[in-house]
Order: sequence, then structure tokens, then C-alpha cells
Amino acid sequence: MSVLEIRDLHVSVGEGDDAKEILRGVDLTVRSGETHAIMGPNGSGKSTLAYSIAGHPKYTVTGGTVTLDGEDVLAMTVDERARAGLFLAMQYPVEVPGVSVSNFLRTAATAIKGEAPKLRTWVKDVKAEMELLEMDSAFAERNVNEGFSGGEKKRHEILQMRLLKPAIAILDETDSGLDVDALRIVSEGVNRTREEGEIGVLLITHYTRILRYIKPDFVHVFVAGKVVAEGGAELADQLENEGYAAYVKDSNELAAAEGARA
Amino acid sequence: MTDSTTGTTDLTTQPATLASELFAPGVGAQAGPPTTPASDTGSAGNASPGAHSHGGPTPTGSPPERLTSTDPDVFGAPTGREETWRFTPMKRIRPLLDGAASDARLTWTTDLPEGVELSRVDAGDPLIKGLPEPVDRLAALTRQRAGGADVVRVAKEAQLDRPVTLALAGTGGDDVVWGQLVIDVGAFAKATVVLDHTGPAKYSGGVTVLAGDGAQVTLVSVQDWAPGSVHGGQYDAVVGRDATYKQVVVTLGGDLVRLVSNVQYSGTGGRADLFGVYFSDQTQHQEHRLWVDHAVPNCTSNVLYKGALQGEGARTVWIGDVRIRPAATGTETYELNRNLVLTDGARADSVPNLEIETGEIVSAGHASATGRFDDEQLFYLCSRGIDAETARRLVVRGFFADVVQNIGIDALQDRLMGTIETRLGAAFSDPDPASSIQPVEVA
Repeated sequence: MSVLEIRDLHVSVGEGDDAKEILRGVDLTVRSGETHAIMGPNGSGKSTLAYSIAGHPKYTVTGGTVTLDGEDVLAMTVDERARAGLFLAMQYPVEVPGVSVSNFLRTAATAIKGEAPKLRTWVKDVKAEMELLEMDSAFAERNVNEGFSGGEKKRHEILQMRLLKPAIAILDETDSGLDVDALRIVSEGVNRTREEGEIGVLLITHYTRILRYIKPDFVHVFVAGKVVAEGGAELADQLENEGYAAYVKDSNELAAAEGARA
Repeated sequence: MTDSTTGTTDLTTQPATLASELFAPGVGAQAGPPTTPASDTGSAGNASPGAHSHGGPTPTGSPPERLTSTDPDVFGAPTGREETWRFTPMKRIRPLLDGAASDARLTWTTDLPEGVELSRVDAGDPLIKGLPEPVDRLAALTRQRAGGADVVRVAKEAQLDRPVTLALAGTGGDDVVWGQLVIDVGAFAKATVVLDHTGPAKYSGGVTVLAGDGAQVTLVSVQDWAPGSVHGGQYDAVVGRDATYKQVVVTLGGDLVRLVSNVQYSGTGGRADLFGVYFSDQTQHQEHRLWVDHAVPNCTSNVLYKGALQGEGARTVWIGDVRIRPAATGTETYELNRNLVLTDGARADSVPNLEIETGEIVSAGHASATGRFDDEQLFYLCSRGIDAETARRLVVRGFFADVVQNIGIDALQDRLMGTIETRLGAAFSDPDPASSIQPVEVA
């Protein structure tokens, strides 16, 4: 049983006078077995939230806390966060030329588990997971993300989630750029993980499309760097029909009011 | 497909190339300040023979011939301003250039399979007279002072059951060791020769490989010198008709290593593959200059050199010259140099050069890129639990593996990759013991 707790998180990018606050006090709790959808318009800071939790050096945390089972995540290096049980499926996975997928996966699994997985069972596990994600076996010998199509990259991210078995997985717009088949395959991969274990999922998305495949327990509407509304799966349906307009308008008024006070 | 630009890449003054470009096939030559006139440029499809003029007192329509001589004085004393010396830190190569004749020798430990004979010939031997001539003063001094040559002969049609190994160890004396080695491989023989340089030395050694008609020769030269060593050398290969020559140069150790590798073809249908790996850290200067001279038809050359640099004073130089003379129709040539800069302040110079004097060729091209291991790659690997040091190792191993595996000797490949790992680890020391047991495959 794991709990990721985000309290009043403030994050900015840039330095000095160019610094710009992106997250403005995010509160969120994700527990094992729960699936949370974070939905919001472009530029609302959804991806910044994902990368800040993972520890990307571009983002500076200026206030608030992030803890995993009480441990201070913000004090950890990027690799320590992953070993503590956090996983980020990236919207734009990075090419790592010269490093094969099989080598990468095994190295990552060794780092996460603290010892090299037994070769025979490992090869079998990788193969089985790749088949479930409908990935060709030749994939394992290709260089990490090099020349992968959009769908291949996302499947590769989910493959890593399946093999590394994190406590909390953050999926950053995993649905973007996927055709219907790929979306189904990727969603099934996420659902298998949810059914099998106690994973907590933070699903970041712009569209409601993926929520037809992955049913969230909670939906959070994210606007201008904070959560502005929360509800159950029905909130997603409402967003599907009405869009973000109402929330964005409120937020603009709020920002204008804040601006006037300042 | 074909170009003949000359460029230098210099990470201290130019923005980093994305590392992904380092590995992509067929990446174009780096932009950079041209160091030769625009008249150099041409393309294989329409270049008319003799279209290249570089001026000079008697225009012949061809680039000037490279000066070669067995007489050191023909070259004069280098100042560091000459094209062939301008990248070399002259102060650090002076011990060789100013070195006196001496009787000092490296310690030889040899493994000679059946069919191989090691002997010594004196300076007057016809074999010596027939060798390709030195191309700079240091090489000429070396030829002169070596006073003859050690000769490895592989009988014609011999098929060796294991590599010939010459382990050449420096003993740390102040005297310069002058050496000349000739590897004479008979027609249709198949041989691999490993020169394994270790220990502390001031060494200037010429190596000439004579690959007989139809022979298949692999020369591996490992520079695993102790710190402070200085090594200069001219490597020549004369590739016979339908012969194949493969050279793998691995430069890891020493303070300064400067190797000049030349290839010429004595008959049609020859093939030369020149592979190189170098890893410079701290203040090492590693310079590899290549010259492939296509003067006969239907020969192939392929060059692949990869280098990594770490530390503020790390410095590498790669010069790749290929010349396709008017008679060399049907030539196929490609050269590629990649440099991976691991830390700020290191500097890699990369200068590919192609002179094409006939349009009747199969293909000619080159590429060069210098880039850095970037923060996004590091973040991606670390976000999967891999610590920063292991991430660097993973990338560097992957970067070098496709060149190192051309050696074809597993034990040597493992040793060299291990040395590279150790050096990487020394610079990015991380007390995390888990990071030292990462499973990483070479091939």
C-alpha cells in the first residue's frame, strides 16, 4: 500500500527575472489501487506536474511537498525516485542511440530491483509482455526510441511500466498521437497492471478518449497550475460535453482579480 | 552522397550537435569554417578530371602531391604552424622530435602461430628501400634511427590458427625508443596481428603492412600506454590485388598519441577498412590522421572512427583525407567520424577531406559529428532507476561497441571495454555499489 501525497506544490521554470510560475499550489493524493485522471486544457501545467514529480532538472520547486509513503520525494535524485517506486510514462520519450532496448530494460530492472533479474525468466517475461503489447520481437534489438513511431514509443513506455512494476505510475498524455488500435493496446496494458496489483495511477490527459478504456476513480480538472474541480468518472463525461470553457473562464476572472489586487 | 567540404567541429565554440546525430547513419559533414578553397568542392557525378586547381607554380590540375622522403631534413623542423602539425601540442611532442638516436627498445613478448616468422633486417635491405616513404619529419627520423626493421612474415596461403600478438611494453627510460616494424603477409594468406602497447615509454614507431594479392590481413594496434607516455607513429598499408586490409586502432592511454595511417593499393579490387576508437580524459591529446590514396581502379575504403572525451583538457584530433586519382575509376569510399563529449571543456577537432579527380566512381562520401551526452538522455535513463554513472557507461559502451567488435578477438574486446569502463568510473565516481554490476553486452 503506497500513498503519493502532493501538498501545495509550487513549481516554476526559468531563472531570476525570467522565472515563471507554472504550478500554483497543487494538492493531490494518489493511493495504491486508485486511478486518478488529471484533465485540463493545453498550458495548464499538467505535464509540469508529471515532470516535477519525476525530478526533471528544468523545473524548480519553489514551495510545497511531495511525499511517497511519508518519504520526501523532492529530496531524492531522479533515479532514487524511480527506485522508490515512481514511474513516469513520458509524452515524448527520448531517443538513446547506441543502447538497445533489451540492454536498457535489463539495466533498469537491475537498478530497480537491486539485483540482476534471472536471465531465463527475464527473457521470458519480456517476451510475454511484448506479445501482449503487440510488439515485434525484433524491437528488443533496436536502440531505445530511435526511429520509433509515436505508437511504438508509447508501447515501449508501457512495456517498461509492466516490467518495472512501480508503486505509482504517472502517465503523461500517453494517449496523444495514438490511433484507435494503439490506444486500445496501451490501455489494456495499463488495465492489466491495475487488475493484477495495487498500483496507483495518475493519468494525465487532454482528451476524454482514453477514459473510455481506462475508467478513473477520480477526475481532477486542472487549470492555470492547480486543481479547480474534483469528482468521479461522471466529471469526465461533463467535460466531454461541455469542454473546459467554464473552468477557464473562472480561472481568467480569478487571475484578473489577483492581478488587480497586486 | 558526395561532397568534399572540409569542416572542423569544435565544441568549445559551436552549439552541441544533438547526440542522436552522432549515431544516425549518413549524417552530413559538419558545417564549419572552410579551411580549403571553394574550388575543392565537386561531386562524383559531374566532376571532370583535373577540375581541381590549387594553384602553385606549375598547375597540373591536381592537388599538390604530399611530400614524402626518407631524409628528415627535407621536411625541416616543424614549428606547429604546418598543416600536418597545427593540431599537435609541439611542446609535448618535442621529446620525440628532439630525441637522440638510442639503443633503447620496448620489451617484446610475442605469440607467433605456425606459419609466422619473426626476423630482423638491416637498413640496407631491399625490403626497407621498398617501403612507403615517411610523410613527416618524425616518421623520417624514425625510419633513419630504427636502423633496419623487425619483420613479421606470414607465408603465402598460410591460414593462421590464432592471432599474431606482439606485446610491446615500455620500460620507462628517458631515451626515445625508435622502431620500424614490417608485417609482410604473403598472397592468399589470412592473418591477424595485434600490437599491444603498454607501459611507460617515449616511442616513435613505424609500421608497414604489406598485404599480398588476395591476402586478408587484420592489424590491431592498441595504445594502452601508462600515463605520461608519448607515442608517434606512421602506419602504412600496401593493399595488394583483391586483398582486404582491416586496421583497428584503439587509443586509450598515454599523454600524447599521434598516429598517421596511410593506405595505398598496389592492385585493383583491394579493400581497406580503417576502424578507430579513442578515449581521451583529463589532459590527453590523441591525434589520428588518415590518408587513403586511391590510385588504381575498383578499390574500396571504409573509415569509421569514434572518440569520447571527458575532462577539461581532453583533446582529440581526427583528420580523414581520401584522394581519388584520375585512374581510380570504380572507387567506393566512405568515412565517418563521431565524437561524444561527456563533460564541458573538452575539445574534438574533426576534419574530413575528400579529393575526387574522376567522376567514374561508385560512391564517395563522408560524415562527421561531434555532440554531447545530453541532459534529456540522462534524465530518461535516470527516470528508470539507473544512476547517472551507469547511464553514462551505458551510452559510451553502446557508442563504442560497434567499432570495438571489429577486432574479432573476444578477450581483447572485453579487456578494452573494461578499461574504458574503469576510466569512465574514475571520472564519475559514485559509491553506489549496485552501479558496478550492470549487465551490459558488447555486441
